Amino acid sequence: MKRVYVNEKWCLGCRLCEYNCAFANSGEKDMVKALKGKKIYPRIRVDEHDGITFAVSCRHCEDPICVKSCIAGALSKEGDGMVKLDRTKCVGCLTCVLVCPYGAVVQDERGAALKCELCLTNTAGYPACVKGCPNAAIVYEERD
Amino acid sequence: MKLVEGRVRIPSGCAISGIISRDRRKFTGERIVESMKVMRERSNGLGGGFAAYGIYPKYKDSYALHIFYNDSNAKRECEAFLNEHFEIDEASELPTRKIPEITDEPLIWRYFALPRPSRLAASQLDEREYTARCVFAINARIDGAYVFSSGKNMGVFKAVGYPEDVGRFYMLDEYEGYMFIGHGRYPTNTPGWWGGAHPFSLLDFAVVHNGEISSYDANRRFIEMFGYRCALMTDTEVITYILDYLIRHVGLTLEESASVIAAPFWSSIAKKPPEERERLTYLRTMFPSLLVTGPFSIIFCFEGGMMALNDRLKLRSMVTAEKGDMVYVASEECAIRAVEPDAENLRYPSGGEPVIVTLNGGKDNA
Amino acid sequence: MPNYILPDFEVERRDDRCIRCRVCERQCANEVHSYDEENDVMLADELKCVGCHRCVALCPTRALKIVKYSGTFRENANWSNQSILEIYKQAESGGVLLSSMGTPNPCPVYFDKILINASQVTNPSIDPLREPMETRVFLGKRPQNIERDETGKLNNNLPPQLELSVPIMFSAMSYGSISYNAHESLARAATELGIYYNTGEGGLHEDFYKYGPNTIVQVASGRFGVHKGYLDVAAAIEIKMGQGAKPGIGGHLPGEKITEDVSRARMIPVGTDAISPAPHHDIYSIEDLRQLVYSLKEATEYKKPVIVKVAAVHNIAAIASGIARSGADIIAIDGFRGGTGAAPTRIRDNVGIPIELALASVDKRLRDEGIRGNVSLVVAGSIRNSADVVKAIALGADACYIGTAALIALGCHLCRTCHLGKCNWGIATQRPDLVKRLNPEIGYKRLVNLVTAWQHEIKELLGGMGINSIEALRGNRLMLRGVGLNEKELEILGIKHAGE
Repeated sequence: MKRVYVNEKWCLGCRLCEYNCAFANSGEKDMVKALKGKKIYPRIRVDEHDGITFAVSCRHCEDPICVKSCIAGALSKEGDGMVKLDRTKCVGCLTCVLVCPYGAVVQDERGAALKCELCLTNTAGYPACVKGCPNAAIVYEERD
Repeated sequence: MKLVEGRVRIPSGCAISGIISRDRRKFTGERIVESMKVMRERSNGLGGGFAAYGIYPKYKDSYALHIFYNDSNAKRECEAFLNEHFEIDEASELPTRKIPEITDEPLIWRYFALPRPSRLAASQLDEREYTARCVFAINARIDGAYVFSSGKNMGVFKAVGYPEDVGRFYMLDEYEGYMFIGHGRYPTNTPGWWGGAHPFSLLDFAVVHNGEISSYDANRRFIEMFGYRCALMTDTEVITYILDYLIRHVGLTLEESASVIAAPFWSSIAKKPPEERERLTYLRTMFPSLLVTGPFSIIFCFEGGMMALNDRLKLRSMVTAEKGDMVYVASEECAIRAVEPDAENLRYPSGGEPVIVTLNGGKDNA
Repeated sequence: MPNYILPDFEVERRDDRCIRCRVCERQCANEVHSYDEENDVMLADELKCVGCHRCVALCPTRALKIVKYSGTFRENANWSNQSILEIYKQAESGGVLLSSMGTPNPCPVYFDKILINASQVTNPSIDPLREPMETRVFLGKRPQNIERDETGKLNNNLPPQLELSVPIMFSAMSYGSISYNAHESLARAATELGIYYNTGEGGLHEDFYKYGPNTIVQVASGRFGVHKGYLDVAAAIEIKMGQGAKPGIGGHLPGEKITEDVSRARMIPVGTDAISPAPHHDIYSIEDLRQLVYSLKEATEYKKPVIVKVAAVHNIAAIASGIARSGADIIAIDGFRGGTGAAPTRIRDNVGIPIELALASVDKRLRDEGIRGNVSLVVAGSIRNSADVVKAIALGADACYIGTAALIALGCHLCRTCHLGKCNWGIATQRPDLVKRLNPEIGYKRLVNLVTAWQHEIKELLGGMGINSIEALRGNRLMLRGVGLNEKELEILGIKHAGE
């Protein structure tokens, strides 16, 4: 399946991906309206350590531990391989946040889980982090 | 001020025709005039002319210099120059026929001449180069004098007028030769000067051309490095010099010269067999500034034959045909049918494909 | 002690749009932007701003605008703000003013006063989408005579040639003055395009040896990075005698740019200044140049063309004629408006002549002497677009070098502070965090796009003139007309005025 991959070599740590993600999932048409004066809850986050920066988001694992551990049945592995979160079922136990080996599942402002769904479930249609990356450090592609 | 060749660049459309007997059988100039006549539509009366080969058997070893003079001063000055550089066998006015269609003629003189041996030796040039340089010197330096024909056993006849009238004016029906070419001109400016009519000739080379080449100044500025002076600013002049340079100075064959001036496209070269590819790549790389672009069809004549050539996109019409030992080339088929109704092997040569016709038993190159 | 320097720019931030993402802050190597958490407000230190527009380009809500500083000294037609500020700077530093890229001063751009012809009626224009349209050129010497073997077959007696798919090359920019990623972008683009890039005087990084067939290596006065392998791997060798932006002076790459990798490529110790002398100290005259040309040819077994690059100076026609007779295969002339990674401001803005005039007079001189065919002519110094290329070729050039245009394609915003080494676009810097901002995967494609786009435009212009091969444009000055030029200028350019 096509996944979002990050190449640390080209990641500048500018964090535009975080803002593009938050905007894409805001449901708003204007970025200013969507994000001005708000704390953002992006589904991709730039980790920074020792001068190295790296954007992290859900890997959509073949055998996702988060899905297995979800007590509410909110997480599922879809037919196309995407790991999907049904937020109406999420009870906010955050087991998924604890078990994810990559730290790719986060909490939203209400305390529920939040994760990357490849912008397939919002109106962006194509991963906004990829589209907006100024250095092509984030790509969306099929790999073996 | 009148606009004349040499002061402005005058592009023109044209009609061309050429007839050759490969067996050197002689025929009169009437045929070429007849051939040109049917293409009257293609000229506008502002220039016509002919070149005829094999017409001066009596003086075949002398250079036949045809010269236009604006006045007797120019003639006096030019003749002084000629006497200094040549031994003149005969000097006379070129015979013409007074007709109402042709007016304002200059003084037209003909000289049969050979370089003075002492001068020639001192110049350290070969006879042809010596003669060519003298022609350039007269045309560039002597105001009012213009050598428009300088080959051996051949002559150029040209004027402002329709070709058939020019033919009658010069009494071409009274000349017998084995090869003739004709030209009718449709210039886009008004030329005021007979020298600007075509064919354009140097030594035994003569060129008639239909077209307007877009590479003109690139070609001109390159060829002028080798002593040529493009005084007329016409395409025909520059093409003649290019061929003279490639054939006489560089030593290319006619076919190789054609591959320089109407070079195949790189994409065509890539499809050729390796040896041919290498040869064509070499020629294009060696002489890039002599590539001629823009529409043209030309007939290039030399003592031993002729070559007809189209630009590489074939943006101008040109037809060839045969009958027995006769070969015909013309802008239009009608010009061939007019003089040989039974012409055979009618062909429309592709762009850049040279049609080379040489005399039987003669050498196969200029 | 306070200084009297004014900022060059003002940062205009529309607070109604700013979402405090702080991308501007993270991306500015000059540390102009900062965030005041207490008041939730973005701040700007305008004195540090160089106008590179990195922040503007990356601001996701287009909240930023960099504008010219509006403060002014008392108006004075004689003493411009610039003149006054430069005096303050020198009064403070006691040093030579340094600048980067080509001169920003309003010197005449002759290309803009030259117009191109097109066919109407008497001959047809050619549609490049329907007919072949050739832009391939060969650069190199052409022998005087042909040779045939005993069967009459033509021998290929051509000396080595450079084959270009389009008459454009990337001009010399050293690894050191520009980044590894910029070099990789140029090398890969040249390879894909079938053209050449030029190492400049910085040696060649071992990673780039694989691009050798599309590489011109430079031998300059400092001889940095020159060794047998370096010469052998290249397609051609360029002897750099001068540069348009700084004729008559050498180069100086400060020690902080001599990183481990740069030091290896240049063959000098890490952290030492790389100083190229003003002249080549083995070339004090034309006959010395001939010796270097032939030394390099000997070293490479006469398999590679040798280019001699000179700055366009007053006596350029005679200089070029001398070079043509000293064994060079190609002469490169770099005009007054050409770029640089660093040059003394006074030199850059006052020394040399515009490339159009230099080219016209060199081409004419070589033709007058009958040797134009023996040597190819490459011109540089602010070739900004395809029309400049076409005009240069019609004036007589065989090909053009583009430097600044290539860098702009890579993202350069012409802020002209390369010499500070903090290029926010990852081009003119060796700081790893900045270098990585230029991803060569993106960079090389942008270069390929640029040259491909120019090639399309060149074909359109050629087709309009009824020419279907660039060879027939070379020196075809009748295709050009001047507008608003005086008689002397027209005479030097060898063109007529529009309307003539």
